[in-house]
Amino acid sequence: MEKIVLPEIKDLHILDVYIKNGGFEAAKKAFSQSTDDIIDQVKKSGLRGRGGAAFSAGLKWSFMPKATDKPKYLCINGDESEPGSFKDRQVFEFNPHQLIEGTLITCYAIGAKTAYIYIRGEYHKWIKLMQKALDDEYAAGFIGEKMKEKFGTEFYCDIYIHKGAGAYICGEESSLMNSLEGKRGYPRVKPPFPAQNGLWGCPTTINNVETIANVPPIISKGWEWFSKIGEPKHPGTLLFGISGHVNKPGVYELPTGTLLTDLIYNYAGGVPGNKKILCVIPGGSSMPPLRGDQIEGVKMDAESLKAAGSAIGTGGVMVMDEDTDLVKVLARIAHFYHHESCGQCTPCREGTGWLEKILKRILAGKGSSNDLDLLITVANQIEGNTICALGEAAAWPVKFMVDRFRDYFEQRVGKEINLPVANKVHSMRHTATPLAEIKN
Amino acid sequence: MQFKFTQENLERINNEIKKYPVKQPAVMAALYVGQEQNGYISQEVIKEVAEVLEMHSHDVMGVVSFYTMYHQKPMGKNHIQVCTNVSCMLRGGYEIWNQVKDKLGIDNWEITTDQKFSLEEVECMGSCGTAPMFAVNEDFYENLTKEKVEEIIESLKNAN
Repeated sequence: MEKIVLPEIKDLHILDVYIKNGGFEAAKKAFSQSTDDIIDQVKKSGLRGRGGAAFSAGLKWSFMPKATDKPKYLCINGDESEPGSFKDRQVFEFNPHQLIEGTLITCYAIGAKTAYIYIRGEYHKWIKLMQKALDDEYAAGFIGEKMKEKFGTEFYCDIYIHKGAGAYICGEESSLMNSLEGKRGYPRVKPPFPAQNGLWGCPTTINNVETIANVPPIISKGWEWFSKIGEPKHPGTLLFGISGHVNKPGVYELPTGTLLTDLIYNYAGGVPGNKKILCVIPGGSSMPPLRGDQIEGVKMDAESLKAAGSAIGTGGVMVMDEDTDLVKVLARIAHFYHHESCGQCTPCREGTGWLEKILKRILAGKGSSNDLDLLITVANQIEGNTICALGEAAAWPVKFMVDRFRDYFEQRVGKEINLPVANKVHSMRHTATPLAEIKN
Repeated sequence: MQFKFTQENLERINNEIKKYPVKQPAVMAALYVGQEQNGYISQEVIKEVAEVLEMHSHDVMGVVSFYTMYHQKPMGKNHIQVCTNVSCMLRGGYEIWNQVKDKLGIDNWEITTDQKFSLEEVECMGSCGTAPMFAVNEDFYENLTKEKVEEIIESLKNAN
């Protein structure tokens, strides 16, 4: 099976090996074409962002204004903090030069002179590996002013690494920009979108590491070739990171549309002890969990997972066997989002804390069945009421887990307790809408 | 106690500043350098960083308090960061956490009396495929077992 981002070539992280295997052919080809042509090819290839939202990469690039006297920037998002995803570090370690080549092509296409690769602070080792790759390329003249000579073009750009310092929220694009500017990583209100008003108020494009690493093969082998791999609406391969209760956890590069059951049983070697699967989170901890009996026939791509009631996210698959304590899992997820909420928006800052408290109460055996409704109510009040998507990320796992495993959760809580009236009304209110209706 | 960057560290910070059109973005790197030189981020380190980068010290403080990797108190020589997030938890992350806690006799954010070890429960470190894991300072130790943990901590104890 064809591997695009992580081909099985020994020592590919060494610059000479990369060049011998067709490295920088794509960049040479790209620099001889117009920028519109490049954007058009990436659009037609159907490449969609690998960072969670699965947005068309070519379309994103086309939002960059042409007539502007401001400098333009490219940010590569390597914050990778979503629990269950660990794919970008494979790119840093095993194929850094393809990422850099993709960065050069993207900079050329959008007209950026500077690119920043934002890597989470905990990835000390991978930051060093990536820096080594950059240093080697600077020395060989593939980056920086020497590019003019090397490629015979007027275009050149610089690439720098920006090291994060431990904040999940910095994977959110506007928060990442604030962090890069040396501020607290608070997400920004959108619009204006980064393409209009990004880093230092200048036009900025932000793409995931894996997205950019896909660019060189698209240019060298053609968009037709890429668009025929995997599912037509979400073509290419994905780096699936599978973890939890499987025999062979790890990152597997497979075409989109691979069956989830195939991924678990064939590639990851099935569940230890041949146990049944209770729950699978298919795209990193913020995506809606699926019940074990819901995974049959589910394909791993954005459209199919949406139809199955979840989302592709970052492709981080977490498998839980029948003996897993789901209340414990959900309480841990809630704790994570409470810890990582930046505190800007009240619904998220307070709501994530309530979710955690209620789940800890249930975990301690002191929950009542009102609590389950209360969880859903609180989750609904967070969702859609925040500046960034951390609100949804916190709400979805709780909402869908409680909903899809209602019987399981009911067994863990006591009978309904008689709440004071005010509380009861509150716990029955699922959104703000019914109240408005009452008024009318 | 006054804090000044060494000449060598100032050079490192100046190299960071060169990456950006303005000075402020280098604050994250400068704080790492300050933490390395001083052992932790004190008010004096914040003042010095603010001065070098021409920032307000409260803006520097804002950055320090936002990110978990800046420590505002001294940590042990070996700062052990155990991941207990879902993927690690499913493969025994909490057993490892409890084992390390018991072995060192300290709790979250505490430090041993000999200052050799400190402990932190961290969120997902991106080692889900090689769980459970902990990190000692900058190094990841993955696919941990009880025996491995025992071995690693013993060897750290015996190292000077």
